[in-house]
Amino acid sequence: MVNRTVALWLAVGLVGFAVLPWYGIEYGFWNFEWLFEGYPRDSDSAPAVVQVFLGGKPWLAPLALALLAPLAVLRRRKSDPLFARVLLLAGGGGLAYLLVQAFAIGLGGWQFGFLEALFGPLETRQFGLGYGALLVSAAFLFYFTQGLAARGAVKGDVFVVGSIGAIVALVGVFVFFPVLTILASAVRDGEGAFAPAAFLLRLMDHRIWGVDCLVGAYSCGVAWNSLLLAILTGVSTTVLGLAFALIATRTDFRLKRSLRVLTVLPIITPPFVIGLAVILLFGRAGAVTQFLEVTFDIPASRWIYGLPGIWFAQTLAFAPISFLVMIGVVEGVSPSMEEAALTLRADAWKAFTTVSLPLMRPGIANAFLLGFIESLADFGNPLVLGGRYSVLSTEIFFAIVGSQYDQGRAAMLALILLAFTLGAFYAQRRWVGKKSYTTVTGKGDSGLFAPLPKLVRFGAYGLALPWAGLTAVIYVMIMFGGFVQTWGHDHSFTLRHYIDAFAVTRGDFGLVWSGAAWNSFWTTLTIATIAAPLTAALGLLTAYLLARQRFAGRSSFEFGTMLSFAIPGTVIGISYILAFNVPPIELTGTGIILVICFVFRNMPVGVRAGVAAMSQLDQSLDEASLTLGANTFATVRRVILPLLRPAIVAALVFSFVRAITAISAVIFLVSANYDMATSYIIGRVENGDYGLAIAYSSVLVLVMMAAIGVVQLVVGKRRIGRRSLTERNAAAVVGEAV
Amino acid sequence: MRIRSNAARVVFDRVTKAFGPVVAVNAVSFEIEPGTLVTLLGPSGCGKTTTLRMIAGLEMATGGRILIGDQDVTQLPATDRDVSMVFQSYALFPHMTVGENVAYGLTMSGFDKNEVRERAEEGLRLVGLAGYGKRLPSELSGGQQQRVAVARALVLEPAVMLFDEPLSNLDAKLRRRVREDIRELQQKLGLTSVYVTHDQEEALAVSDRIIVMRNAEIAQQGSPRDLYEAPADNFVADFIGDANLVEAEIDAVEDGEALVRIGAVQRRLPARGLGPGVVKVAIRPEAIRIARNGAAGAFVADVLKATYLGSHMEYTLATPLGEVFVVDPDIDRPAEAGDRVTVDLARRGVTLVRG
Repeated sequence: MVNRTVALWLAVGLVGFAVLPWYGIEYGFWNFEWLFEGYPRDSDSAPAVVQVFLGGKPWLAPLALALLAPLAVLRRRKSDPLFARVLLLAGGGGLAYLLVQAFAIGLGGWQFGFLEALFGPLETRQFGLGYGALLVSAAFLFYFTQGLAARGAVKGDVFVVGSIGAIVALVGVFVFFPVLTILASAVRDGEGAFAPAAFLLRLMDHRIWGVDCLVGAYSCGVAWNSLLLAILTGVSTTVLGLAFALIATRTDFRLKRSLRVLTVLPIITPPFVIGLAVILLFGRAGAVTQFLEVTFDIPASRWIYGLPGIWFAQTLAFAPISFLVMIGVVEGVSPSMEEAALTLRADAWKAFTTVSLPLMRPGIANAFLLGFIESLADFGNPLVLGGRYSVLSTEIFFAIVGSQYDQGRAAMLALILLAFTLGAFYAQRRWVGKKSYTTVTGKGDSGLFAPLPKLVRFGAYGLALPWAGLTAVIYVMIMFGGFVQTWGHDHSFTLRHYIDAFAVTRGDFGLVWSGAAWNSFWTTLTIATIAAPLTAALGLLTAYLLARQRFAGRSSFEFGTMLSFAIPGTVIGISYILAFNVPPIELTGTGIILVICFVFRNMPVGVRAGVAAMSQLDQSLDEASLTLGANTFATVRRVILPLLRPAIVAALVFSFVRAITAISAVIFLVSANYDMATSYIIGRVENGDYGLAIAYSSVLVLVMMAAIGVVQLVVGKRRIGRRSLTERNAAAVVGEAV
Repeated sequence: MRIRSNAARVVFDRVTKAFGPVVAVNAVSFEIEPGTLVTLLGPSGCGKTTTLRMIAGLEMATGGRILIGDQDVTQLPATDRDVSMVFQSYALFPHMTVGENVAYGLTMSGFDKNEVRERAEEGLRLVGLAGYGKRLPSELSGGQQQRVAVARALVLEPAVMLFDEPLSNLDAKLRRRVREDIRELQQKLGLTSVYVTHDQEEALAVSDRIIVMRNAEIAQQGSPRDLYEAPADNFVADFIGDANLVEAEIDAVEDGEALVRIGAVQRRLPARGLGPGVVKVAIRPEAIRIARNGAAGAFVADVLKATYLGSHMEYTLATPLGEVFVVDPDIDRPAEAGDRVTVDLARRGVTLVRG
């Protein structure tokens, strides 16, 4: 009896080794012109076996040995110790050798001096790995996991061990490797040599840590700027979120439902669009500024550019996220707690301040940290509104794309930003994560919320309602701003910006997409459409492993898969540039790097949504399926996935929308061929072309609304009878996941 | 189409399951004869559910061997074992109809479509739910859902059927009905069944044999009658039915019979391997009789509490042996708290137990 799984991966590996080009093809992953350009003899497109004999690359030969080794045990039983040993050796050894040779020999021959000294200089050089290498690595990886499964890992489940192996490998390559590359660049000098002194110099840079703003007229270091902004934003979003949450859950305010709409908006709005709208209102030519100038003779100034403007825009952008968190917190305090206090002679004010508020404390801390982290990671608003107030996320960008072009400095700034966000996440996990004062249990709780004390109620209204009004105005501006000639100067109605961006003309050969925005628009949609299902699949598979399987190293596995969530987009962007610009993995300038970036950045949300949904599914459902003769794969496909529809919707919607609205990582990774909508819009903003930017942004918001509708329609609702669990919409699930 | 059973023997040979440093099942050995229903009984945390899940293949033994029929299945995952299971929570797939649920295992086993349909229908008929195939599980009552779960497990004609506390989510009245249904079906089809419960009355009602577990080990196994009438130790005596444990003394042992002094009473009881000396005696609550009509009793006792329960009275008495709990069927002439009564020991329901 031949082991079919081993045979399958043997075949895949052989195709990779002997048929497909070993190195990456210059024209791109999906371009197949190489088939007609000298394949298989041409050294650019030759498979490994030809490279060994004709291409002067004998070091690829040992790979064949490792690839073929499992032939010897193909007919042995899984329980045979030899079977496991051969697979482990062939897979592990093969993979290790493949990586070592890929890193040791690059574009310039030997990559390390001692190797050149040892083996002598090398005539030939290696490009980035291609299809062939991809398949062979996959074969090695799954040899290895099958070996592990045969030794009894995770109850000997080949599917589960294979999935774990695949996710570990992917996260390793696309999350850990880039982050390590940053670390490496920070400790190297301009020539690429190891230089700890340069590292220290960069770390102690006055531009980062200077405190001149306290004692002199100059501005402080970027690190302090970022921290100050993050604290301010954290406080303001938390206060607003709490006010909104109290109104939504504890009052009989009539427009509660429309408050909920507020929570969806930031998810479908590119972050810098808020900043843009703020300029249209309060900039020198802004509506409010001009009104004040005309009526009260207050001269127009640039006060909005800098700390006040960024803080204002970030508060607008992130308060709804805090609202989502705080709703759960406020609802989590059982009404009977306050009722108990009232029966113990406390008045409404005392009951609220001595019972409810302290019970909400961990939730409040949580909301603050979320606002803090969001503010640190935000790139769009500081870019648009920053003026001379620089923060870490934008400084990283200017260090690498500006005239300074200083990789080491960019890497250092990225490390500091990473340390801040990871520190905040760590604090959140350690300090808040464990502490739960949730007092609502599964048991029926017949209590009713007592009315809020007057002071609290009016305080909440006073804060939240003007703010909600302002948000409404902002969104009206976004929709309206695209229809005027030049904001602040000529407010006559025009479709000019929409025509500039989205014109379709009739040419000689049919329709011509002549608008300036089409190119980036289609690229964005294509890349988001490819990335979304991949993100959802990877995220939910990870969630399944985390929620349902016990295996050694499970908590480090969880940490690894959630890590990319804590890494600010700017850091991801720069790390991808540093890591994937040279062999062995060459991806910059392709569309693939954008897809990969989105998949690994947004995967943690899929994981969270999946874990949350799966914890509501009784484990005995899986077990019932297994005892009824279904294997793990069939169980996942027929029982778990159908019951996870809400989580699938959430993951799909979220990753699609995030791929469209993201800017921070994207701006490093776009190229002439693959320009994304957000980076195109930012480009227009920098040129002062606000009309087109606003028009384009409003089209994006509408597209995303439509997309959410389509996804919900296609994936459909989970049909489990009268007491359906699907009534919560996708946005709510995303909110929980965040 | 008839559903038969492929009843097989189950053998546990020094099976151990450890979760890290915690040993959940410690070198347990037993055999289950084909066609019998054996109950694993014990308090929570005793290892009974882990034992059941090891038969199913949902947990893998860390030591020892498990045989089903003649096959060593120790390393086999659940998917590949000829076993099906009825879960405490029913575990019906909520997104499939009742019919699809019952057909699930059949489809997975590769039966052709017609046979899947026929068998599923037969399964539902057997549990008295013919015609319910098109409904969703959420549209059935708890008892009906449990019967669907039984049908789903049954139609695979498994070598062993496993029941994991199948009645604990049902209300008391229904519990008796479903338990009788399960027992009837098991006997009619001759299924080898393993049944986990912590309810001793349920165990006594359904089992051919009972395995009582305590702290990851087997405390005693035997027929329901063996366990009730001759509990091995005070744990089993107390767990199966109620028992008053009192001190006694063995004066002499002859031919396996011990001459026992329980307070002022002398009795001849099976010695059960015990020698002369101070021992414990388990006395069932119904074995202590309150003497009526002034008949001479063995002890004088004071009534501390008296509770009327409709079909019988329950008393707490202070006796020279200590406080004892008594069940008395005589409700017409109840004693009251504060009365002084004389009591006697019945022939049955008094056993020597190991400390």
